[in-house]
Amino acid sequence: MHWRAITRLFGILLMLYSLSFLPSLGIALLYQDGQWSLFAESLLITVAAGLALWLPNIDQHSELSVRDGFLFVTLFWVILGIVGSLPFILGLHLGITDAIFESISGFTTTGATVIVGLDRLPPSILYHRQQIQWLGGMGIIVLAVAILPLLGVGGMQLYRAEASGVAKQEKITPRIAETARVLWIIYFTLTLACALAYWVAGMTLFDAVGHAFTTVATGGFSTHDASIGYYNSPLIESIAIVFMLAGGVNFAIHFMAWRHLSLKPYGTDPEVRGYGIIFLVSTLFLAASLFWAGAYTEAWESLRHSAFQVASVLSSTGFGTVTFADWPLHIPLILVILSFTGGCVGSTAGGIKVLRIMLLAKLGLRQLEQLAHPQAVFLVKLGNRPVSEEVVLSVWGFYVLYIVTSLLLTVAMMAAGLDLESAFGAVVATINLLGPGLGEVANNFASVSPVIKWLSIFGMLVGRLEVFTLLILFLPAYWRH
Amino acid sequence: MKIIILGAGQVGSTVAQTLASEANDITVVDQNPHLLTVLQEHTDIRTITGQASYPDVLQQAGIEDADMILAVTNSDEINMIACQIAHSLFHTPLRLARVRARNYLAYPKLFTPDAVPVNFIISPEQLVVTFIQHLIESPGVLQILDFADGKAQLVAVQAHRGGALIGQELRALHGLIPAVETRVVAVFRRDRAIIPEGDTVIEAGDEIFFLAAKRDIPAVVEAFRRSDKPNRRIIIAGGGNIGMRLAETIERNYHVKIIEIDPARCRILAESLHRTVVLHGDAADQDLLIQEDIEDTDLYCAVSNDDEANILSAMLAKRLGARKVVSIINRSSYVELAQGTAVDIALSPALVTIGALLAHIRRGDVVAVHSLRRGAAEAIEVIAHGDRDTSQVVGRRIDELPLPEGTMIGVIARGEKLVFPHRETVIESQDHVVLFLADKRRIVDVERLFQVSITFV
Repeated sequence: MHWRAITRLFGILLMLYSLSFLPSLGIALLYQDGQWSLFAESLLITVAAGLALWLPNIDQHSELSVRDGFLFVTLFWVILGIVGSLPFILGLHLGITDAIFESISGFTTTGATVIVGLDRLPPSILYHRQQIQWLGGMGIIVLAVAILPLLGVGGMQLYRAEASGVAKQEKITPRIAETARVLWIIYFTLTLACALAYWVAGMTLFDAVGHAFTTVATGGFSTHDASIGYYNSPLIESIAIVFMLAGGVNFAIHFMAWRHLSLKPYGTDPEVRGYGIIFLVSTLFLAASLFWAGAYTEAWESLRHSAFQVASVLSSTGFGTVTFADWPLHIPLILVILSFTGGCVGSTAGGIKVLRIMLLAKLGLRQLEQLAHPQAVFLVKLGNRPVSEEVVLSVWGFYVLYIVTSLLLTVAMMAAGLDLESAFGAVVATINLLGPGLGEVANNFASVSPVIKWLSIFGMLVGRLEVFTLLILFLPAYWRH
Repeated sequence: MKIIILGAGQVGSTVAQTLASEANDITVVDQNPHLLTVLQEHTDIRTITGQASYPDVLQQAGIEDADMILAVTNSDEINMIACQIAHSLFHTPLRLARVRARNYLAYPKLFTPDAVPVNFIISPEQLVVTFIQHLIESPGVLQILDFADGKAQLVAVQAHRGGALIGQELRALHGLIPAVETRVVAVFRRDRAIIPEGDTVIEAGDEIFFLAAKRDIPAVVEAFRRSDKPNRRIIIAGGGNIGMRLAETIERNYHVKIIEIDPARCRILAESLHRTVVLHGDAADQDLLIQEDIEDTDLYCAVSNDDEANILSAMLAKRLGARKVVSIINRSSYVELAQGTAVDIALSPALVTIGALLAHIRRGDVVAVHSLRRGAAEAIEVIAHGDRDTSQVVGRRIDELPLPEGTMIGVIARGEKLVFPHRETVIESQDHVVLFLADKRRIVDVERLFQVSITFV
């Protein structure tokens, strides 16, 4: 383990990150909300911490190994989560638990909140909250497209350019740094487009930028307690649907579309197609269910709400126009299942991911076909390319760990005092990076106990780090060398 | 014509035999002296032992004054390099090569005089696949051949009890299917050709060749035999090049299963085939065939490269209830033995290939040649050129043409139209004339007929 090299990197990282307090500081000055001093303090604390980590290790240039990668990536989210919580502690006087919960929820693009009364919060702190999610989204894209494939996590090898079975992935660029730059340009462009669309559709500039940050990051933080429902505008909801779905698409595919200036890559990529089909079928099914269950009297209104909720839940954004937990019959559970399905690999969305679900479904289908033709040779294929057994096995392992972790977390939350529905809802909301849950946590996590908040923080990190990256740190063999 | 054939394999030796009987000077080059000795014993040709792509070996084979080089060795690379050498060093005018790998065929720009100077590429596998594909698309027929870019097709069908025309004169055909234009060009009864006239009475068991537009074929076939139901379930035995390509071609429209004995090959098949069920096992394994519903199979295609295995597995499949069985048989003696008895359709890759080659060897502007009845008969498509003065056919009525005996003009493709000629039809310049020759030896007369006199430039 290259401890000192890792420490040095985090030193640099913190100093860079301290710059992110500057926009909030500017907003504080612009809106005269009296919060500028706390952002200045946060900046200074972060720079000081960065220097403290960096200066003693200034000459530690050793290369990180793949093993270091797991630790680095996990610490990245934890440390930035802690630093991001500074303004909440200093400005809103939240407790450590609440502040870190809010911050980690931001960085992991979950969107679960403990803060009630958003509409009365100082603009600079609101902005800081939205920006955390945007930065978290930026981090995850690079993590998912460039770093996790190198670590070979849960079938992500599929996306490793040189081993790519799903190829059409022309290797984006040969170096991670360059890949990251290109991905960020795309991310930035999407955000800009989203903000403009919101603005034109009637949001204030402040809200438009803030919501664009959390829409493209599929985070779900809002500047209003009523979330997107505050605007009660079908136009804004449609814009949100488009950009939430876009945030849930593999950014490597966005890159292909960008480079070739065509929409074709979206149509040819099997995962994006699966994602699109899931969205359409679920929307229609839910709209019909809502209509027949009598939740809405108008058919088009059922469609409007179901499309928004499906897009929001599938991409693990968690914006609300209504509280889906209150919908009748089977509908909340369907949304929970969609939340487990999640968006595409290599996107900002959470959940198990469409690609993995598709591979697992194909694996199951293959077992059935094998029974019908005992002597046949069947392969699991994706987009007509065979997927190696090793990858399928890795996806299978991912799935098992994901489900087992979810169950154990549910048990732990029940032990900490939640009822079954709320406990399960809290796990769904956190491990899938969704935000709103069921029962007591249907809208926010303000009322639950600190133990549950810490369990939720763990759940969010597990979900964000694709299970393996975090859980491997609990393996004794990882630390032995 | 002086022709050098490189490679004395199935295709090479069959072509050598066919061409040698037509007064060509043939030299065959191969590395295996044993193959050459056997070939030379049967055929009047010259043989050279050596590596086919070496210039000195080619020189020995007399390439300096050869009209054509036909490279059909086992190796695509040797075939291509031989053509290159023939072009660069010896300026051989016509160079044909067999190229199998699709990795090359996918780049047509490769085969230009500046790059790999092959005039025509021959791919026996592709021809066989097309042949079987035609059989699958039109149940009940024995053979379908394309003319005029597929606008017209020559179809062989065996008359069966239950066909409306059985026991009737041929002229009744028009009354049966008045909306359809067709021309019966030959009837074979007990292996003897009968020149079809209006009063020829069709008997059950006759093999009938007719020409028609593609869309009309089912209607005509129905006149001669009860229509078979369309093929749906296909089993392919043997996952070699032919089996794999066949499966790839038809898997979108049919239920296809492919049986292959080599597990590694099975994996490759499973990777490149997407709807086909790849079965690992022996095609001669009765249990496997029963397990995979052989009795509900419409067409069983034995396409491995082992004649005996193909015939036996096809016979087994037939006995277990497959509706129709097709087998690839390379050895010509087996073809005659098996066709119509052990297997429904015996198919010789070499014979199929020869048709494609003959088109380039024939004099005159021959577009397509197909060998029929195991080489005894031939159908050719020729373009008529010139005018009444320079050509013996253009501007003349059909009954004025001195056509050799047993030769019949089946159809004329004029632009996009098909003209089924009668006695007064006048042939125009640029007509694609499709002729059927019941006796292949008359081919020289036909060639001469269509050649333009020297004065025409």
